[in-house]
Amino acid sequence: MPLRSKPKARDLARALAATAALAGLVATTACGSRAGEETAATESCVDTSGDTVKVGSLNSLSGTMAISETTVRDAIALAVAEVNAAGGVQGKQIEIVAEDGASEPTVFAEKAEKLIREDCVAAVFGGWTSASRKAMLPVFEDNDSLLYYPVQYEGLEASENIFYTGATTNQQIIPALDYLVETGVESLYLVGSDYVFPRTANAIINAYAEAHGIEVLGEDYVTLGSTEFSTIVNQVKAADADAVFNTLNGDSNVAFFREYANVGLTAEDMPVMSVSIAEEEVGGIGVENIEGQLAAWNYYQTVDSPANTAFVEAFKAEYGADRVTSDPMEAAYNSVHLWAATVEKAGSFAVEDVQAAADGVSFDSPEGTVVIDGDNHHVTKTARIGRIDADGLLYTVWESDGPIEPDPFLEGYDWAADLSVTE
Amino acid sequence: MDLLVGQLFTGLSTGSILLLAALGLSLTFGQMGVVNMAHGEFIMAGCYTAYVVQQAVGDAGASLLIALPAGFLVGGAMGLVLETLLIRRLYHRPLDTLLVTFGVGLILQQAARDVFGAPAVNVSVPEALRGGVDLLGVTVPRTRLFIMALAVVAVTAVALVLRFTPAGRRIRAVVGNRDLAETAGISSRSVDAATFFIGSGLAGVAGVALTLIGSTSPTTGQSYLVDAFLVVVAGGLGRIKGAVVAAVALGALQAVFETYSTASLAKVGVFIVIVVFLQLRPQGLFTLRTRSLA
Repeated sequence: MPLRSKPKARDLARALAATAALAGLVATTACGSRAGEETAATESCVDTSGDTVKVGSLNSLSGTMAISETTVRDAIALAVAEVNAAGGVQGKQIEIVAEDGASEPTVFAEKAEKLIREDCVAAVFGGWTSASRKAMLPVFEDNDSLLYYPVQYEGLEASENIFYTGATTNQQIIPALDYLVETGVESLYLVGSDYVFPRTANAIINAYAEAHGIEVLGEDYVTLGSTEFSTIVNQVKAADADAVFNTLNGDSNVAFFREYANVGLTAEDMPVMSVSIAEEEVGGIGVENIEGQLAAWNYYQTVDSPANTAFVEAFKAEYGADRVTSDPMEAAYNSVHLWAATVEKAGSFAVEDVQAAADGVSFDSPEGTVVIDGDNHHVTKTARIGRIDADGLLYTVWESDGPIEPDPFLEGYDWAADLSVTE
Repeated sequence: MDLLVGQLFTGLSTGSILLLAALGLSLTFGQMGVVNMAHGEFIMAGCYTAYVVQQAVGDAGASLLIALPAGFLVGGAMGLVLETLLIRRLYHRPLDTLLVTFGVGLILQQAARDVFGAPAVNVSVPEALRGGVDLLGVTVPRTRLFIMALAVVAVTAVALVLRFTPAGRRIRAVVGNRDLAETAGISSRSVDAATFFIGSGLAGVAGVALTLIGSTSPTTGQSYLVDAFLVVVAGGLGRIKGAVVAAVALGALQAVFETYSTASLAKVGVFIVIVVFLQLRPQGLFTLRTRSLA
């Protein structure tokens, strides 16, 4: 907001100045929230003497990310209930301490600190945006505690104190590109929200395109939450690419797909491959605007496996038949089970024991068997391309030959050599 | 070249969206000087009105026609309550007004989240408004043409009400000189309430219309708030004419910048232009000459 204006009435000028003061206030408190983190706790206060053990569930229950993260909270609660019903971990019942990250990375850091120091939780499950993960990372490292992060992300990270149960780029974006190449796509148009994940994803896509002879006809970013797409969609239409690669996040997808359908573009003449649209988001966009478009994930509600049937049934029984399950929810659900299995294997709740025992721990999850890689703390995942159908669900049209080993730094790809060094 | 001409048309369409979002604010902020940070939430209330009406009626076309006046009443009623309970008591405390309405906005967002759930809901676009029309080399979605028409209707209605009705005359009198108007027997309290009702109602109408192009979620209103303030400030406080010109100019600037760079950079460009413009002309495009001494 322009604060330099001098409206006629003095009151107004003061009011505008107050806006600046308010913004300043928010900024100051935000910076202040990290104070006190410097004194790292050497001793963990996790209490395992009783017959319960606490874990943290840290998700945005308010703010712009609440739309997605509340579903993850539900999935975590479901998994904890299942583990408890099966006798708990090491004979102890799990007790959830829930906190609201409020869609603010600094709040995530603050609440993580609180969960570790005051509630003495054995592990924390949650986080969604890369910004929230990056803000929490030093907290978990300084306090030597554990975070299970359940969302696909841009890779190029591997902390001893974080287990990444969502896909890294070689389990989602690269398979999606492989699929497009397989179907004869020779040119792409990239559309994304303006923050770390889409920027990094598009850097990878550009490197991939160069190595595979794909022409990138355009690359556009909009601010998070923007709903103004007429120019971009007209440019996409004019560019006439074979496909669009969409890394938009959140509400922007609604405006983008409505505009896309309105100018007459369809999945037949220019398919859109999205990496942030799951079952939960399709409802808000309106299935008539997105039917036939593609998405890249590791899990869909429609995956045909006994483990998934049980997961979907249990979820609907708990939260209502109209609810859907999605990839990040499934990854969060897996996180709890993986943590419980690791603790059982280690025979201890201590962080160093869990870290040491993690390698090779597996869980027969709804998406298939997932196995923890002890070196980079990611898990093996099966890549799946899904097509959005008229019922609002996604159906697998292609899947990788078995689970893909996680490679967060893309060390196995020659063309990505320059990417790993740049953040 | 075709693209540029087309982009100007896009600018007009973007401008009409800005205008619709800002029109109510140009009354409450521009005319009354109330910095209402909850204006975005009134827009959001309009969005959810459209959703609720559509759930009840079923047919998308009919529900849109019902939702437009319903959105006006819902937004207006919320504005009236806010004005009566809070803003009225804070007329000479702009800083407090700002903080209080900011807080009210957050409460309304959370209320929407509790009632409708955090995920965005879908408001279907009527069959007649789907698809686009080819104009000057670009395809213009019908929804945008509808919003342009609605913006024209809304501005005309507001202008006519202000100019030709007794209520409009009273509003202009109070804006011009509150004390003198009161001396002449006008109850400035009821005029304030009426102005706030109309301004907030227009936000509701904007919300209903914006469901055609954007998402409907608890935070929908926020994304329009800053733009709405920009339009009112750049246009000049107190002038509907200013809001119209500023909205179209900003829309066109955004569209043209975007053609030659990226969307985020275009946004930066627009902000820079506004900052420079306000340095040169702090009172905005049009000024309102008043006899008040403030």
